[in-house]
Amino acid sequence: MKLNSPLQVYKYLPQINCAECGEATCMAFASHLIDRSKKLDDCPPLLKDEFKKKYMELQTLLAPEIHEVTIGKGEHARKIGGDDVLYRHQLTFFNPTAFAYDVWDTMAETELVERINKISNFRKFYVGKFLKVDMVAVRCVSGDALKFANTVKKVAETTKLPLVLCSFDPAALKAALEVVKDKNPLIYAATEKNWGEVAELALNYKVPVVLFSPDLDKLKSLALTFREMGIKDLVLDPGSYPQGVQLKGSFERFIKLRRAGIKEGQKDIAFPIMAVPLNAWLVYKDAVTASYWETVLASVFTVRYGDIMILHSLEPYAVLPEVHLRDTIYTDPRTPVKVAPGVNEVGSPAKDSPVIVTTNFALTYYTVESDLSSNKINCYLAAVDTDGIGVEAAVAGGQLTAAKIKDTFQKAGFEFKDKTSHNALILPGLAARLQGDVEDVTGLRVMIGPPDSGRIPGWMEKNWPPKPK
Amino acid sequence: MTKKIKLSELGSLLGGEIQALEGVKIEGDVEIDLGQAGLNPQMAYALGHETAQVAIHLMNISRILGYPVDQMLGATAAPKRLTKLIESRFSAGKIEDWKTPIQEVVLGATSSDGGTRKSTVTLGGETALPYYFDGPMPHRNHITMDVFDMPINMAKAVKSNYEDVINSPAEWAKKVVRDFGADMVTIHLISTDPNIKDTSPAQAAKTVEEVLQAVDVPIVIGGSGNPEKDPAVLEKAAEVAEGERCLLASASLNLDYARIAEAAKKYNHVVLSWTQLEINAQKELNRKLMKQCGVARENILMDPTTAALGYGLDYAYTNMERIRLAGLSGDTELNFPMSSGTTNAWGARESWMVSSPLKEDSDWGPREYRGPIWEIVTGLTLSLAGNDLFMMMHPTAVQVLKEITQTLYGGKETEPVNIDNWISAVI
Ligand code: SF4
Repeated sequence: MKLNSPLQVYKYLPQINCAECGEATCMAFASHLIDRSKKLDDCPPLLKDEFKKKYMELQTLLAPEIHEVTIGKGEHARKIGGDDVLYRHQLTFFNPTAFAYDVWDTMAETELVERINKISNFRKFYVGKFLKVDMVAVRCVSGDALKFANTVKKVAETTKLPLVLCSFDPAALKAALEVVKDKNPLIYAATEKNWGEVAELALNYKVPVVLFSPDLDKLKSLALTFREMGIKDLVLDPGSYPQGVQLKGSFERFIKLRRAGIKEGQKDIAFPIMAVPLNAWLVYKDAVTASYWETVLASVFTVRYGDIMILHSLEPYAVLPEVHLRDTIYTDPRTPVKVAPGVNEVGSPAKDSPVIVTTNFALTYYTVESDLSSNKINCYLAAVDTDGIGVEAAVAGGQLTAAKIKDTFQKAGFEFKDKTSHNALILPGLAARLQGDVEDVTGLRVMIGPPDSGRIPGWMEKNWPPKPK
Repeated sequence: MTKKIKLSELGSLLGGEIQALEGVKIEGDVEIDLGQAGLNPQMAYALGHETAQVAIHLMNISRILGYPVDQMLGATAAPKRLTKLIESRFSAGKIEDWKTPIQEVVLGATSSDGGTRKSTVTLGGETALPYYFDGPMPHRNHITMDVFDMPINMAKAVKSNYEDVINSPAEWAKKVVRDFGADMVTIHLISTDPNIKDTSPAQAAKTVEEVLQAVDVPIVIGGSGNPEKDPAVLEKAAEVAEGERCLLASASLNLDYARIAEAAKKYNHVVLSWTQLEINAQKELNRKLMKQCGVARENILMDPTTAALGYGLDYAYTNMERIRLAGLSGDTELNFPMSSGTTNAWGARESWMVSSPLKEDSDWGPREYRGPIWEIVTGLTLSLAGNDLFMMMHPTAVQVLKEITQTLYGGKETEPVNIDNWISAVI
């Protein structure tokens, strides 16, 4: 964005400190506009006529450096692009990389439906939410426009996920667009050869379009030309080669494009970038090797500036690390690492319920909590203040000690005599070495839980309630 | 439905007469696209109401009519048709701030330098983020594989590779170098922990000697992680490995780092400066090692802590990236090569658990394939942040991480692949 201090933004605001935006002052609101945690429309006075000009100016000045492109319609629509920084610690990255998994028009219908359902049903629970994948990319393999359109039709009937229509043949794209013209699909791709006809499609159907060229001069030419024609929802595919020096070249192009867009303000190429890790399958035929390499390529381009990617492998060992890495890179680094220390109830604990200790590192805490609640284990869960460090590291680094554990229960006013019938607490398996210390300091019976909270249900079956000594 | 209005209609819509649009030449009747579903909110707002606003509206509109057309109202002029691509050249500049190279550190010493290693490993020397075009990356990434001085709990997928050598650190070390392509070996003296076996420093040092005899690559000597015991253990190990330029793992703020630094100086080794995901602590420890303990710059490597994918890798990644950027931009307390305990990836349940403990999850598939890729992605992510040396466990993970890091480094010549027809590939 063009403004970088709250003061600059403040000049455009009503400056009446009415607090309708939920902030005490316009200045505070301004700083939220800068860090993108609030939107212009959150300030009602600014929407009044008298401020219309300021509103519009601000809107331009606050627009992200990388153009934001929306693909699909309705609740499943996904935005891509919209970034303002090159490194996540400088702010955060916006709009996580969209993962589009492929289907193709030579698939048998049952196979096709099964694959689409697999794509749209994928989910992985993680820290209070589900990680999912986003889109279906339909490849025209047959070369037959009608066949392609029929497949696209079937896909659109089967899933609400946004679509990417892939063919270098404008006739095939047109046939498919006719079928899904109200769904705002992304079309792939305009090249040096077919650009005129594809541009015509993008204009007529008002859909976002990918420009493909591994030659950055040509890619920029295409972008300039499309913009000049009034097509602004562009995505750039600078070519994802799967190996060797060619891959190094691809990596370099991703970095150059994003640097030019964000650091150098080159508006002409400041568009979302597409990666095609699927190209791993052009060199590896063995499914495991190809899936592994595809995951490797996806990882490289998740870290370095891919905004959308086309993938093939639906093997869990490929998809799981992919969605986790995307979450890693796009998690807002400004959100706190820690949960409040204390003793919390999970479910509705009674006197014979276990008391379990963990750290206040948010990831650890939420993982343990979801393992317990998902398995319907009623208990008390103590978050010890370890400065937001996980169990193993906190034991090694001295942030998780017997004294800290005692302190946590004391501060929470948790009396084992009153709250429990067993006078016992359960330490994480990775903190086993603290057992003696904790027994000495608290006088409680100290049991050692499993090293991973996912195993608590099995552990409970064997060890709970505690056998009398 | 897209709604289009003509400029002339806009005039009547606004209820006024348009006399002229200053500074705008209009050729033909310009169509203004009002977006999908009728008016978009901003346009509705812009067109909203009083005639008093007309002047401002038109000023805004006049801006729109020039190029670029899209900035303010989301409106587009009637599309132009072009018949030729607009010629252009693309270029992106280099980063000017990266003026300070990362310190070069040599691990291992050959006979000409007072050691017995056959080869050495050089880390550091970068002048840009890894694999970037801004400046040369003089040395590739290296991998050191873990060896333990006693059998330990390991994920099944890892263990199956080491069952035959699990009771012999020397054989274990040979195996990782011979069969798995390890550049280096890390001997972890975990049995020295008073809570495990309380092996004496002298006894542990014997294990180090055995490993040094078994392999001729540089080695890392790791303690048990017990802050009371480690200084004595590493000191003794450093003594028996005198002159070998081993990496002593680790000095940290919560133990007697000065004693480890002293041992490194006295017996010619390199110190691993280990902190926990905290850039300022890393600066502090590096500064103490240099200023207070007198460790030379070429004898310091950093381990800013590796958290597994899904278990804090975001902190580890950003911490490393910030450290590397600070180093390149001139912070001479942070411009050292980095090392990652990539093996920590195996702490993630996704890498070893048979299936998800949560009923809501999609099938996790076979864990044999999940584990290595978890280690690969954890390492690869950190390699992009600037990590130089990887401490790893699974042979497949080692192969794949080597392949990708060396590809990005530029050391892989392969047959060119044509990707122009990827769409119609039969997979
Ligand atoms: S709502 Fe607008 S005018 Fe009121 S305090 Fe917030 S920013 Fe200022």
